[in-house]
Amino acid sequence: MILMAAFFFPGIILRTKSLASGRKGPGVLQPVKDIMVLLRKGSVFSETSGIIFRIAPAITLASIVCAMLVIPFGDDKALISFDGDFLFFAYLLALGKFFAIIAALDTGSSFEGMGANREALYSMLVEPAFFILLGTFAMFTGYTSFSDIFTHFYITGNHYVLIYSLIGIYLFIQIAMIENSRLPVDDPKTHLELTMVHEVMILDNSGFDKALIHIGTYLKFAVYGALMCVVLVPAEWNLVLQIALFFAIQFIFAVVIGLIESFRARNKMTKNPKFILTLSAIALIAFVVVLILTGKLIN
Amino acid sequence: MNAIVFISLLMLSFGVFAIPKRFKYYYALLIMLISVAITSWWALQIFRGSGSFSEIGVSLPFLHSKFLLVIDRLSAFFILIINLTVTIGFLYAYGYLKPYFSEKNSLRFSIHYFSYLWLYFSMLLVSTTRDGFSFLVVWEIMALSSFLLVIFDAEERSIMKTGINYLIQMHIGMAFILTALLIVEKSTGTMSFDALPEYFSSHSNILVFCLFFIGFGIKAGFVPIHTWLPQAHPAAPSHVSGVMSGVMIKMGIYGIVRVLFSVQQDLLVIGVIILIISVISGLFGVMMAIIQHDLKRLLAYHSIENIGIIGIGIGLGVIGMANHNTALIILGFGGGLLHVLNHSLFKALLFYNAGSVYHATHTRNIEKMGGLMKKMPVTAMFFLIGSLAICGLPPFNGFISEYLIYVGMFKSLAGAGLYQSILLLFSIAALALIGGLAVFCFTKAFGIVFLGSARSGEMEHAHEVEKSMLLPQWVIIFFIAAIGLASSVFVIPVMSIVSESVGVIAPSGFTTLHSVSQISIIGGIFVVLVTVLLTWRHFHMKNKTVVAGPTWGCGYTAPSPKLQYTATSYADNYLQLANPLLRSKVTSDTIEGEEYFPGVKRFETHSKDVVKTAMTDAPVNKFLELLKKIAVMQTGQIQHYILYAFVFMLLIFVLTYFNLI
Repeated sequence: MILMAAFFFPGIILRTKSLASGRKGPGVLQPVKDIMVLLRKGSVFSETSGIIFRIAPAITLASIVCAMLVIPFGDDKALISFDGDFLFFAYLLALGKFFAIIAALDTGSSFEGMGANREALYSMLVEPAFFILLGTFAMFTGYTSFSDIFTHFYITGNHYVLIYSLIGIYLFIQIAMIENSRLPVDDPKTHLELTMVHEVMILDNSGFDKALIHIGTYLKFAVYGALMCVVLVPAEWNLVLQIALFFAIQFIFAVVIGLIESFRARNKMTKNPKFILTLSAIALIAFVVVLILTGKLIN
Repeated sequence: MNAIVFISLLMLSFGVFAIPKRFKYYYALLIMLISVAITSWWALQIFRGSGSFSEIGVSLPFLHSKFLLVIDRLSAFFILIINLTVTIGFLYAYGYLKPYFSEKNSLRFSIHYFSYLWLYFSMLLVSTTRDGFSFLVVWEIMALSSFLLVIFDAEERSIMKTGINYLIQMHIGMAFILTALLIVEKSTGTMSFDALPEYFSSHSNILVFCLFFIGFGIKAGFVPIHTWLPQAHPAAPSHVSGVMSGVMIKMGIYGIVRVLFSVQQDLLVIGVIILIISVISGLFGVMMAIIQHDLKRLLAYHSIENIGIIGIGIGLGVIGMANHNTALIILGFGGGLLHVLNHSLFKALLFYNAGSVYHATHTRNIEKMGGLMKKMPVTAMFFLIGSLAICGLPPFNGFISEYLIYVGMFKSLAGAGLYQSILLLFSIAALALIGGLAVFCFTKAFGIVFLGSARSGEMEHAHEVEKSMLLPQWVIIFFIAAIGLASSVFVIPVMSIVSESVGVIAPSGFTTLHSVSQISIIGGIFVVLVTVLLTWRHFHMKNKTVVAGPTWGCGYTAPSPKLQYTATSYADNYLQLANPLLRSKVTSDTIEGEEYFPGVKRFETHSKDVVKTAMTDAPVNKFLELLKKIAVMQTGQIQHYILYAFVFMLLIFVLTYFNLI
């Protein structure tokens, strides 16, 4: 299902953006078609680059696909589920990022070095927010795997949980935006190399490898969409309804991203760290909310 | 029987001095291998047998009469780690020391091999000796032998200075351990680690524990008593840095854990102290590592970070002991101890390869390197695997130990009170940040050193190091992969150490072992997936046109390696954030507005260790100033000195008369 969602996801973002800016825009499947074109093409490799540059895209994609395996859906457990699987999730994505970064450095281009270094800094800064949020999940439900956490999320029947899950959703959206290098941290459509983050890292990729990188990015969006879905939708609900909601949420997520990208300017590069650290602060608010919900702070 | 062989090996090590220069290495290697075989056999028996204790009475002529080697699982665990790292280090040393063979004389080599052997023996003895006096003797031998190893290149004045600094700091640490042991002796009558439980059950625990913690902590390198570490590691030859960082500093951890298993009261306070100091060590170590230009100093700061991670695990274990939370005890101590093993693997690997790079390029300055992957592909691959493992990324070994520590924290969040929840949550965030910073640091280290193109002419002559330096490292790679992918095989024995030493049994519903095997499965899936994708890519590329071209330079047509990102520029945006804490200094000539054709400009960054300035440099300088003032008394006239002696005697008389002394 994540695969299917990923299929349409980028197209929807693109369409929303076009509509918002008053154009008709390409069809929803255009990005998929782009990938097919890329897969058919040959490649150009920089003379400076070595083996790392060639294997990195495949490793990054594999890490994202593998991370997908621990995402649960509805009442069913994830394909593989164990205590602390979210740690595995986060660290595996970090592995993919590690390779993306060193691949960029492999080209010996100063622009790509710049992008690599920004990406490394931002993903480092976003890490605490993600872990604090998951810490609050674990504290709230008493479970430590994605599947168990989300099946027990609404079990208490306390309606204030909604406040908490909304904070969670907000954080997930922002983390997804940063991890995928979208606005306001990075603008994928910028045309100046100096101001890029992610795009500049893959300047020298072409053909097959570029296709793999794009597939990876789209999948990552869908993965975060799926996470939001399991936060929002109680696991006890009807399966058909859940599937419908899953796609609805993915759709809304894509539209939201499209809208954000249409109506917001990118941050100044120097402001980005502050912006990302704010997320940790918000995660701490979530922590306080959970302290209250579990009766640790106020009985 | 074995014990006798072991003692004769100790004696035979003196033979190194008598052997001809060319055969010294083989002689030392032989002694080492026999000893490794014997001690490993002892250790493995402990793990296999159901009996928890094995006492091997050894009477060493130069030690206390009651000298006993006691091997329990904790000791056995450390013996195996020591054996592995030391053997591989010595095999690696064969190639590494070759260039020095003609320039240094026979005695220097004898001293080097002899010290190496005795560093090895003393570490074995430290982890098996219980008697306090004997312990101090072997602890001292460990400090002395490692000092001799560090100053192998003593022709350089700075190295000698570093060595002395190291020696002094080790003795300060020893003073603390001695004090602690004496306090114990005074009230129990025996100076031994076995007397600790008796002492701790009847006296205040915190003071003595803190003495031990400072004493052992100097060896381990906890912030703020780490200042010898980033100096000594770069100064030592690489196989020695590998062994020192891989196992010797872990002797400090061993001491702390050994004492902790005896502590009876005030566990919560002690646990919180350890946890906080460890979090600070972890963060500070990695934050300093990022801004280093010296490859080996960078790795040295990472040792501090990893000691921090180990400490976080141990601190959690102690908090678990205080709360009677069995799962937390096992996960905390288990994760910490497993990280001891893991760190000894990947840190030694990284140091050996940093040594190979130095061997090939004769520089440790990262800024001058670049593009080495093409010249030294195997070294680069080893370094990459080491980097991934040290960042705690799956499917390598570092992930498993960090995972255990994380799970321990996450699991105890739900049941914890308000203050503990806050503490745990901040530790989680800190550990996550440490992980992120480590990724930042090693993408920099690997990317700048091995990728891109060469930043200076010195790289042109670089070549892959010889096979004898590479082959032993495959063993480390094997273990790194094995712990990452077949984790249960290693996690279960480590947990059995904790169960035995603390006396707890895993509670029912303890699912971590199941989870660990799940990680192995998903790690396997990941490896398969990567292989499949790469194979697909390989066949896909076969019938496509593949062209080589220059790197895209945004239309700039005269790119040069100097345009590449350097280590400093890579760390720049991070430094802007962290500089209020790190106080790195940047000096540069500015380009004036009118200068249309600027001349040669200078740009320098200097990083300094804030803690080192505050903890060692400042007090030492103050002390020197004081001494200068006192030096007024040193007039050089014999009459004055006789007067001093006379005043002193008078003082003694007066004080005795009033019964003051």
